Amino acid sequence: MQDLGEAFSLAFGLVLAGDGDLMEIILLSLQVSLTAIAIAALLALPLGALLAVARFPGRGAILVLVNALMGLPPVVVGLVVYVFLSRAGPLGWMGLLYTPTAMIIAQVILVAPIIAALSRQVLEDLHGEYAEQFQSLCLRRHQIIGALLWDGRYSLLTVLLAGFGRAVAEVGAVIIVGGNIDHLTRVMTTAIALETSKGDLALALALGIVLLAIALTVNGLVMALRATAYRNAYA
Amino acid sequence: MNKRLLALFSLASAVLFLGGGLALADDKSIIVQSTTSTKNSGLYDHILPQFKEQSGITVHVVAVGTGQAIKNAGNCDGDVLLVHAKPAEETFVAEGHGVARHDLMYNDFVIVGPPTDLAGIAGGTSAVESFKSVADSGALFASRGDDSGTHKKEKALWAEAGVDPSASSGQWYRETGSGMGATLNVGVGMGAYVMSDRATWIAFKNKGDFGIVVEGDEALFNQYGVILVNPEKCPNVKADLGQQFIDWLLSDEGQEAIRSYVVDGQQLFFPNGNS
Repeated sequence: MQDLGEAFSLAFGLVLAGDGDLMEIILLSLQVSLTAIAIAALLALPLGALLAVARFPGRGAILVLVNALMGLPPVVVGLVVYVFLSRAGPLGWMGLLYTPTAMIIAQVILVAPIIAALSRQVLEDLHGEYAEQFQSLCLRRHQIIGALLWDGRYSLLTVLLAGFGRAVAEVGAVIIVGGNIDHLTRVMTTAIALETSKGDLALALALGIVLLAIALTVNGLVMALRATAYRNAYA
Repeated sequence: MNKRLLALFSLASAVLFLGGGLALADDKSIIVQSTTSTKNSGLYDHILPQFKEQSGITVHVVAVGTGQAIKNAGNCDGDVLLVHAKPAEETFVAEGHGVARHDLMYNDFVIVGPPTDLAGIAGGTSAVESFKSVADSGALFASRGDDSGTHKKEKALWAEAGVDPSASSGQWYRETGSGMGATLNVGVGMGAYVMSDRATWIAFKNKGDFGIVVEGDEALFNQYGVILVNPEKCPNVKADLGQQFIDWLLSDEGQEAIRSYVVDGQQLFFPNGNS
């Protein structure tokens, strides 16, 4: 318990002092996870929408697969990406191991199934409401997908936030492919792991509190954005 | 609106993505595959800025267990290997993965334990005798269990003591499968004896009521070595920069930098690169 009290005062101290190292780590965390979310969204939202609208043989199996992939263990993703990006691996010539890019790749693989699976569910429900209307308008499939994505945008924001939460909170994948290198690939979660292994539990907890504060800020900003857009749209 | 937003999104991610990928390419830097003790004890934070100032080379440290560090270096994922398991290091060089192995510095292992001292080993100076007592008493012992340099050393000591602890794994012998610090956290948490390198122990901040119970045995000697990854096997290795780093570590200046690293009034590493 003593550690917890110390952690809170440490966390405030770190943030108020604007510690340069900490800012660098926070920025890299955001850069990696937000980029991963952006790329994963570009890949997985259309996939989710397609799965919501289209009916084809094998669709059920794909749904099960995508849903199951939501539970991918980060450390397994880290290992697989390591094997590919290692100099001894098939993509080794690119020299991406131990760079932020490698961390982004790992996180894209982690969060893309979450975005695809959740957006599929959201859009399928929405499609149920609009199906007859779409039919009467004789819309083509890509038009339907576009309309669904646009109409479901507020619910999809929550889906993206779920993906962001997973990305920014995981440590297993980024510590393997990033290497937790100071001033290069150290992010919040790997810094927490490092301080824990130094036995500095108070500092590790303080970093955890800062990470939570970042997640709260991002979620708050998105919520505010959503509320403003909602008002403008229906005012 | 939709399209503009999307375009902005993709542009932003492309910029971030490229920026991330280029981070390694632009500067004079090397990657060192390293054991954890040199990192967790803060040694690198002490010596690397001095090397950087003198050479302009940035050293990126990937700190994993010795076993994994050797494996990663064998995959060409690093320029220099800095670990502490001499037989494994010599094999690494003999197999052609490394150019040459140099002694760098040493310290020693210690056995730490709780004040209750169920095995009655406190104050002892023989590691092997202490291990026998631990096994006989059935007192908890937390092992790295991760094929690291420390774990290899610990296994050798058990063998010398004539004890097969893996037969009692999960009972009194607890294998954490993690780094030194994580294992110390476990040991302190469950009141188990732990064998640790002295540097990590001194710099460790979650000691609780634990203290050193056995030290000073020659069998607990801990030698660190440094190796340049072989550029003939791994064309990506920055042999010039890596060799510069090794030369500096072995120079009077580098050895002095190691010697001058002190935590709580105690020197953590003893350079012997010139011997």
